[in-house]
Amino acid sequence: MLSAQSLAKIDYELAKYPADQFRSAIMGALRIALVERRETGNTPEERCLNADVIEFVANYVGIPPVAAYEVATFYNMYDMKPVGKYKLTVCTNLPCALQGGVNAAHYIGEKLGIGIGETTADGKFTLLEGECMGACGDAPVLLVNNHKMCSFMTREAIDKKLAELE
Amino acid sequence: MAVFVNGVIFEGVDTATPDCWRLEAYMARGGYQALKKILDNKIPQEDVIAEVKNSGLRGRGGAGFPTGLKWSFMPRSFPGDKYVVCNTDEGEPGTFKDRDIIIYNPHALIEGMIIAGYAMGCKAGYNYIHGEIFEAYELFEEALDEARKAGLLGQNILGTDFSFDLFAHHGYGAYICGEETALLESLEGKKGQPRFKPPFPASFGLYGKPTTINNTESFASVPFIIRDGGQKFLEAGKPNNGGTKLFSISGHVNRPGNYEIPLGTPFATLLEMAGGMKDGKKLKAVIPGGSSAPVLPGDVMMELTMDYDSISKAGSMLGSGAVIVMNEDVCMVKALERLAYFYHEESCGQCTPCREGTGWLYKVIHRIANGEGRDGDLELLESVGNNMAGRTICALADAAVFPVRSFTKHFRNEFEHLIKHKKALVDHKWC
Amino acid sequence: MLEIEIDGKKLTVNQGITIMDAAHTAGTHIPHFCYHKKLSIAANCRMCLVEVEKAPKPLPACATPVTDGMKVHTASPLAKKAQAGVMEFLLINHPLDCPICDQGGECQLQDLAVGYGNSSSRYQEEKRAVVGKDMGPLVSAEEMSRCIHCTRCVRFTEEIGGYQEIGMANRSEFSEILPFLGKTVNSEISGNVIDLCPVGALTSKPFRYATRAWELSRRKSVSPHDGLGSNLIVQVKQNQVMRVLPLENEDINECWIADRDRFSYEGLNSAERLQKPMIKFDGKWHETDWQTALDYVVKGLNGVANDHGKDAIGFLASPHSTTEELYLAQKLARSFGVNNIDAALRRSDKRVVAAQQGALWLGSSIVELLAAKSVLMVGSTQRTEQPLLASRLRQSVKKGMALNVIHTSDDDLLTRVNAKLIVSPLALVNALAQVLKAAVEIKSASTTLDLSAANVGAEARAIADSLCAAESAAVVLGNVAQHHPAFAELLSLAQEIGRVTGARFGIAAEAANSVGADIAGVNPQRGPMGNAVTAGLAASEMLAAPRKAYVLLNSEIEADAYNSQQAVAAMKQAATVIALTAFKGEALLDYADVLLPIAPFSETAGSFVNMEGKLQPFNGVVRPLGETRPAWKVLRVLGNMLNLSGFDFNSAEDVRAELLAQGDIAAALNNQLSSVAANVAAGDALVRIGEVPMYQADAICRRAGSLQKTAAAAAPVIALNPQDIAKLGLEAGQPAIVSQGEAEVRLQLVADAAVAAGAVRVAAAHPATQALGGLFEPIQIKRG
Ligand SMILES: Cc1cc2nc3c(=O)[nH]c(=O)nc-3n(C[C@H](O)[C@H](O)[C@H](O)COP(=O)(O)O)c2cc1C
Ligand code: SF4
Ligand code: FES
Repeated sequence: MLSAQSLAKIDYELAKYPADQFRSAIMGALRIALVERRETGNTPEERCLNADVIEFVANYVGIPPVAAYEVATFYNMYDMKPVGKYKLTVCTNLPCALQGGVNAAHYIGEKLGIGIGETTADGKFTLLEGECMGACGDAPVLLVNNHKMCSFMTREAIDKKLAELE
Repeated sequence: MAVFVNGVIFEGVDTATPDCWRLEAYMARGGYQALKKILDNKIPQEDVIAEVKNSGLRGRGGAGFPTGLKWSFMPRSFPGDKYVVCNTDEGEPGTFKDRDIIIYNPHALIEGMIIAGYAMGCKAGYNYIHGEIFEAYELFEEALDEARKAGLLGQNILGTDFSFDLFAHHGYGAYICGEETALLESLEGKKGQPRFKPPFPASFGLYGKPTTINNTESFASVPFIIRDGGQKFLEAGKPNNGGTKLFSISGHVNRPGNYEIPLGTPFATLLEMAGGMKDGKKLKAVIPGGSSAPVLPGDVMMELTMDYDSISKAGSMLGSGAVIVMNEDVCMVKALERLAYFYHEESCGQCTPCREGTGWLYKVIHRIANGEGRDGDLELLESVGNNMAGRTICALADAAVFPVRSFTKHFRNEFEHLIKHKKALVDHKWC
Repeated sequence: MLEIEIDGKKLTVNQGITIMDAAHTAGTHIPHFCYHKKLSIAANCRMCLVEVEKAPKPLPACATPVTDGMKVHTASPLAKKAQAGVMEFLLINHPLDCPICDQGGECQLQDLAVGYGNSSSRYQEEKRAVVGKDMGPLVSAEEMSRCIHCTRCVRFTEEIGGYQEIGMANRSEFSEILPFLGKTVNSEISGNVIDLCPVGALTSKPFRYATRAWELSRRKSVSPHDGLGSNLIVQVKQNQVMRVLPLENEDINECWIADRDRFSYEGLNSAERLQKPMIKFDGKWHETDWQTALDYVVKGLNGVANDHGKDAIGFLASPHSTTEELYLAQKLARSFGVNNIDAALRRSDKRVVAAQQGALWLGSSIVELLAAKSVLMVGSTQRTEQPLLASRLRQSVKKGMALNVIHTSDDDLLTRVNAKLIVSPLALVNALAQVLKAAVEIKSASTTLDLSAANVGAEARAIADSLCAAESAAVVLGNVAQHHPAFAELLSLAQEIGRVTGARFGIAAEAANSVGADIAGVNPQRGPMGNAVTAGLAASEMLAAPRKAYVLLNSEIEADAYNSQQAVAAMKQAATVIALTAFKGEALLDYADVLLPIAPFSETAGSFVNMEGKLQPFNGVVRPLGETRPAWKVLRVLGNMLNLSGFDFNSAEDVRAELLAQGDIAAALNNQLSSVAANVAAGDALVRIGEVPMYQADAICRRAGSLQKTAAAAAPVIALNPQDIAKLGLEAGQPAIVSQGEAEVRLQLVADAAVAAGAVRVAAAHPATQALGGLFEPIQIKRG
């Protein structure tokens, strides 16, 4: 279900913890699975986690599937719903909002013709509001596909970023 | 981007050079000398802890608990595994200092944790890093690799019989994992649901073993303390408030960012460093210690110095040192609505008062903000808050209540106006 | 010891206990939801907040340890205000559907809301709606909006069930209790979550909408299934069993019961219940009255006795029958002159009977077993044979017991196993012999057994080390060992291991009254309390050398015998088969000639003796259905009609008293064999592992509709070690054909690494496999 590279990465995570504490690796393992699905999926449905992948990862790590599901749904970066090729998460918490975060989110929505929480019809972009990313000084901040943080996202910066992602 | 003013952690760090975080650069700044000093001189564990106590270092994660004292709680003679854990799950709105420490000076943290491991007899440590700053996590893993290759981590560090290893673990989007026992649960691969205390982590922590958890900035301050002495650190701040501290300033200032300044610096000075108020607007309110700290009116703030005691006397908290600055244009009802939404969304969901109360608070505040407030809503908010605060496993419920109490106390007229006239007193747009 | 004060009452309590526990000892009730004495502390509901002097805020009683001098107020204004605050939070999103809620009348939330809540709600926002979940055929999770997130169910599956099957997904107020996507809850003790759920979120699916709680009356009873003897509360309405709940007994079942104990009652109400006596003539069944039927029986027995001699008659009694029924059955048989009587129907090794010196039993109390530091389970598929005992053993492992296993399959016991030997049934004896040999070496002891064929492997040594090192140890033989043709060897080796290591040894009695049957004298060579009798044939002998007449007490021989192929053939050739039964099963209708409707355990007074030798009497909870009669009465009448003396009992208690007057149960229990046999060489042939599926164990659970819908009741398959599949050139996932004797059965072939090499695992006692032969006999397999 997962590539050899992904499994090797999960093994690397497993090695961080004491031998009988393999459960600790579930967070990394789910992240690795999600990244592989995002990179190989062709449709929004194929880019998020689903029951099969979670069960596979749970079995690989050695914990009950429902325990892995608890983790996958507790932490909100694990995409459990269909998601575009580029998931754009804009922080709209108070410090960011004071510095244009809400504005940035709306601007992106206008440009892409979608509302917050929606995916473009071509399955390319999903726009989400996020909570504090620990980067309020760089507001407005935008997270692309969970891992790439973009700082100082003025309108011009947004235009440029979206163009890059086209 | 951190701005260094007479600092400890960012001393000599040129954040403009891309390699400033590397081991080589850190060594050039005097890095790992503290560790060498300890290992070369076989300084006893007690003495290391005593030095940290002398420094007056108080935990930078929010509660301000004396770090040396915390270290002394670890059962040093305990025969089994023990752990040090670093809390880089910075998610408290307004706080963004730990990310800069990792990006620009990760080895200060690594060295601090190795020293902590030495002082408390731990064989391993973990750094739990906020999921949203994943690039910082990757960079930290690289820094760990450097340290491992240089013999600073792993078996027989620097050829001595002291062994210690350190690993990075990432979160993936849950504010509550900043709470130390939620962090431990998460590190164990579970949902981040805080544990009831007692037992405290010092006796029952990671995997049920004695564990000490400190904030990134706390650990990163340690090399300086050991190298240059606790006294020097203490003198950098003021009594009972030792050292310099990173303040993350956000909101309506000209230069948001991190400022490492001596504790006790007047707020006015800090505001000035941050370029003063944006567009010359008037200062209306400041949240001085992260979103969970009570808000203070601007004029009160201007009289205070930035240290634990002064802010606490004024009825708020220094917390994580996140200073959120709001100008005269801000509608305090809308501002509170943002925060209330955050706590509602981030409650871990286990305690009844927090799970149900955060939702209730948000729904009422949301109604008020939308001009659908009712008579009695403010009393309702207060009463619901009273039923939450102090009734839960962790302090998130309290953190959710403090803003509600302080906003409705200091800016009550704005709430009353909206409820009565269905229109905001301050016409505000989020720009 | 600490001195504390609760509501002004001074108490002395142990260090380390919580305020909640202390309050219990003082008889003070503190309201709570998430707290449960058998589960870990969650402290999440916050209902138990109490005032503690000098504490700045109210503290949760369930999680706060007492300290010396602590003064607690559980109902002070501060405590009450805190409790009312929590209650308000719990109710804001809870539906107001008590009138239609199954939990109505027994809901902790409803009860506490009255005592601790306010009258009207200040919450005017919309209530949360949570979609229902599918947890399988037993537990209903349709109404999840009612859930108060106490997580008792989650903790139960993880901590007591041994495997987390229920979780709380999401967070904040969007938290939801659920099983894994698309999965049901399959624990064999899952029904306990229904009792644990303090509200009406998790309810009994079979019981849903059946009736209102307050219309039920509660009667005590004892589980008729496995040998643990779980105590039950049976709830009845209008003479029908509507629901079964656990009756707390710390020494036996704690506050739990297995799903088999809980949901088997559906079998009692099954359409297959026999309600009138029936006689077969002209190849057709006719309902009749009792007098006619009994006359027919008497005539039949006398006829066979006259024509073929008394030895041509065999009595086969189910060990799920009551002690009183069993006692009367043997009394009737022996008074009549028939010595062939047995209740160990699935036992194939007749040598044990000859060497037995008492009734076989656990060898210790259940509590003692659970406290042992090292236990070796031999030939036991623990989780299906004794589901609740298996769960209790898991708790013991958590507390430090070393659990060792010698078995024919490596099933997941959901717990840490210290050492294990997984071998073909033909190597089971050898495996146990290895342990004995290692123990003899460790202890520098000696044994008269010839162990030269045993080569001690690492696992066997580890098991022996564990048994020798433990200050208290036990060896327990399960159903597979008891049914095994070399049971005598296994028991002898256990005895020797016990002698050498100091471990106790015994059997986990298969059925509710296996021990009771032996005590009552339903044993071909031993009378009541072990008194001497003329020896007769054991069940396996009566079936191998067919009799002319059989009397069946509660037994469905096609499912209850060691070799169903042989057993059914024996029935078919008999001149008469007289069945005292509660059900008119298809097979019985085929081979029996007369059916006498007798009461199941719920309709008669009686007793069971559990695996630890504890006699547990009970009364009928409902009147016998239709013309059903308690079997002890039927046997009494038959005794009189056969002109036998000593059949004048007025009650089941009278019957019991006569048995108990003949000796002491404790003294009649004895696992020592008079002579020890041991051929320890391992055999080498393809052999069957024939176990009884959990819900085919007895006539009642076979007819429990909801249990039959569970995953555990799925159709039997042929399970083979993947290596054997390759070696035999078979293909997993395809049907294959297994055969014993002339009979062939076609089933799905499944690769299962848990199955020992050389063994073919095909379940028994299921209609799909009843054509097959002996449970642990050679078997052939081919593509099909
Ligand atoms: C809701 C909540 C969130 C918290 N978030 C953080 C955090 O993001 N980072 C942090 O260092 N401490 C956080 N804390 C405080 C930690 O629980 C803990 O006190 C701290 O990490 C200890 O480190 P220190 O002694 O060095 O301050 C949080 C506490 C609570 C109750
Ligand atoms: S107070 Fe809230 S966040 Fe903290 S443990 Fe309780 S429910 Fe979770
Ligand atoms: S019973 Fe104590 S918090 Fe639930």
